[in-house]
Amino acid sequence: MDLSYTAQEDEFRARLREWLGKVLPTLPVKPSPDDWPGRRAYDLGWQRMLYDAGYADVHWDASPTTRLIFLEETEKAGAPYVGANFVGLLHAGPTIAAEGTPEQRERWLPPVLRGDEVWCQGFSEPDAGSDLAALRTRAWRDGDDYVVTGSKIWTSHAEVADWCELLVRTDADAPKHRGISWLAMPMSAAGITVRPLRTLAGSAEFAEVFLDEVRVPVGNRVGDENDGWRVTMVTLSFERGTAFVGEVVACRRVLGELAVEARRNGRWDDPVLRRQLGRLNAEFRALWRLTQWNVSEAEASGGVPGVGGSVFKLRYSHARQELYDAAADVLGPDSLDLERAWVLDRLSSLSYTIAAGTSQIQQNIVAERILGLPKGR
Amino acid sequence: MRFQLTDEQKALRAVVRDVIGRSSAAGVWGLVAQFPAPLIDRGFWRALGELGVFSLRLPEVDGGAGLGLPEAVLVFEELGWALVPGPLVATHLAAGVVPGAATGETVVAAADGSLVEWLDEADVVLPGAEGAVALRSVDPLTPLHRVPAPGRTDPVAVLLTAAEQLGTAARVCELAVQHARTREQFGQAIGGFQAVKHLCAQSLVRVEVARAAVYAAAVTGDVVDIAAARVLADEAAVRGARDCLQVHGGMGFTWESEVHLHLKRAWVRARRGGGNTESEELLAADLLAGVAWRGACLR
Repeated sequence: MDLSYTAQEDEFRARLREWLGKVLPTLPVKPSPDDWPGRRAYDLGWQRMLYDAGYADVHWDASPTTRLIFLEETEKAGAPYVGANFVGLLHAGPTIAAEGTPEQRERWLPPVLRGDEVWCQGFSEPDAGSDLAALRTRAWRDGDDYVVTGSKIWTSHAEVADWCELLVRTDADAPKHRGISWLAMPMSAAGITVRPLRTLAGSAEFAEVFLDEVRVPVGNRVGDENDGWRVTMVTLSFERGTAFVGEVVACRRVLGELAVEARRNGRWDDPVLRRQLGRLNAEFRALWRLTQWNVSEAEASGGVPGVGGSVFKLRYSHARQELYDAAADVLGPDSLDLERAWVLDRLSSLSYTIAAGTSQIQQNIVAERILGLPKGR
Repeated sequence: MRFQLTDEQKALRAVVRDVIGRSSAAGVWGLVAQFPAPLIDRGFWRALGELGVFSLRLPEVDGGAGLGLPEAVLVFEELGWALVPGPLVATHLAAGVVPGAATGETVVAAADGSLVEWLDEADVVLPGAEGAVALRSVDPLTPLHRVPAPGRTDPVAVLLTAAEQLGTAARVCELAVQHARTREQFGQAIGGFQAVKHLCAQSLVRVEVARAAVYAAAVTGDVVDIAAARVLADEAAVRGARDCLQVHGGMGFTWESEVHLHLKRAWVRARRGGGNTESEELLAADLLAGVAWRGACLR
């Protein structure tokens, strides 16, 4: 067991740190959360800077440890988040890299890396959430096209995306997991309506997408027809890999800030609150160590993230909510003021035990795939 | 970065598992039968000494194996898993200090917080046990005395206790899963019901989080890491044993089920060093010291 880094890894960290110190002061002003075109331009601009500096493919080709260092250092330096590039870099891109034809990889991957194109995700539907395989958006073959009708929900960046990774039902008679296909749908196609959805935090972070006889070329299908479920699982395993590295770093920073604020406003003298903050320190230290453990494991096994990601996500999502509940205890009455730091974060933390597989689904995964308990209902 | 067990560490764990698994399985119930005055099996204690349980961190010139905290933690995790009784941590810490401790010839107890485990069976008590009064111990496998003056708690003792708790947490998770797989009600294994399945999953999550914390603390030897390991391992062991008992239903409430032995031992260990208040306060103070942040930068 070793927590030290190799000379090569240390060198990567030092170079990255130096580069971040140089470029971050040159970034334009961050656009407001409601300015979607502005956000797109800002996020793509950042990706372009990463590309020019040789960091664009760190999510794909780098070793898990290198990726860990990249995510840790960019967060600590206050660099922009992956933002609008999220689906392209962490969902659709890896899927196309793993399952696409050489032509498909050539068409779609370079624009993602260069920061030219934005992807969104059309997986969930109003009646297919945790039971994703129950999705009903239909695609019929018509010559060289699929004709797609249905609706998708929880689609982030739909307003500004160029492409949508779309799951559609291509065989309604097959068992539900075997009749699904994975399509790359151009968001410029006729028949697409995007309706923003306002979250409980007040902002429109995602959208519903209605599809009315949208034509998608058959050549945009990645993987075989009706093999989309397997293709999708490739994507989801990427999502559960190092997805939360930057966030754990950020949570540790917030925790330190909470302690300082509690000392300033006198709440620190409450031993119950103080010890709760102490427990959260233990929690996030351990989550960081668990990240290092999982990354080391992935390194040893050739870079494939395992179901360990579900264990991590279960604990992290809960810890994040506890962190912002503690923030509310530190703030006291100010915890009801949306202008105060941490109050919006507390609201958005509520999504963590739901998004990307609810805690209940994750517990099923852990129990069935790791512990070997029988599937049941 | 290779934060995984090395081949040597895996081999060490396998040897320990083999030796204590064979020796202690029957021994535990023999000991329970001696309740309320269990005795230490001196032959087994010497066998633990031969295995290197007490001496493994001593330099080779002093008869040890010259190993470090990571190896000690792996060994104590196995001891916890197998419910091995006796003042293991105290004797380990006395190796090289008290003659015979390293080899298992001498049983050493220590005042830890305001309690001493195994006082009557110990050959030596550190730093002493003046005014000790026997309790009727809740754990049939750990006789306890109260002492008036709280003893100082060595961070290594805290870490090794956390390792034992980790072993208990892993064991009770396994027991819960075994039971959930085999026990049938309503015509199916109860592990198929989400209400039961989720208890098992939560138990595993606590084990894995505690494991990362305990192993990392063993690598860094940092007192704040050790405090974190302690808090999380206590939680994993105690909550895990509670949930294991719940999964076992009525059988879990009986004397002949081993579940209560794990829970009671976890309770005893959770009181060492006066409970985890001190660890939580240390972790809280660390937030203001800013050490957490700098530490994270370095490693």
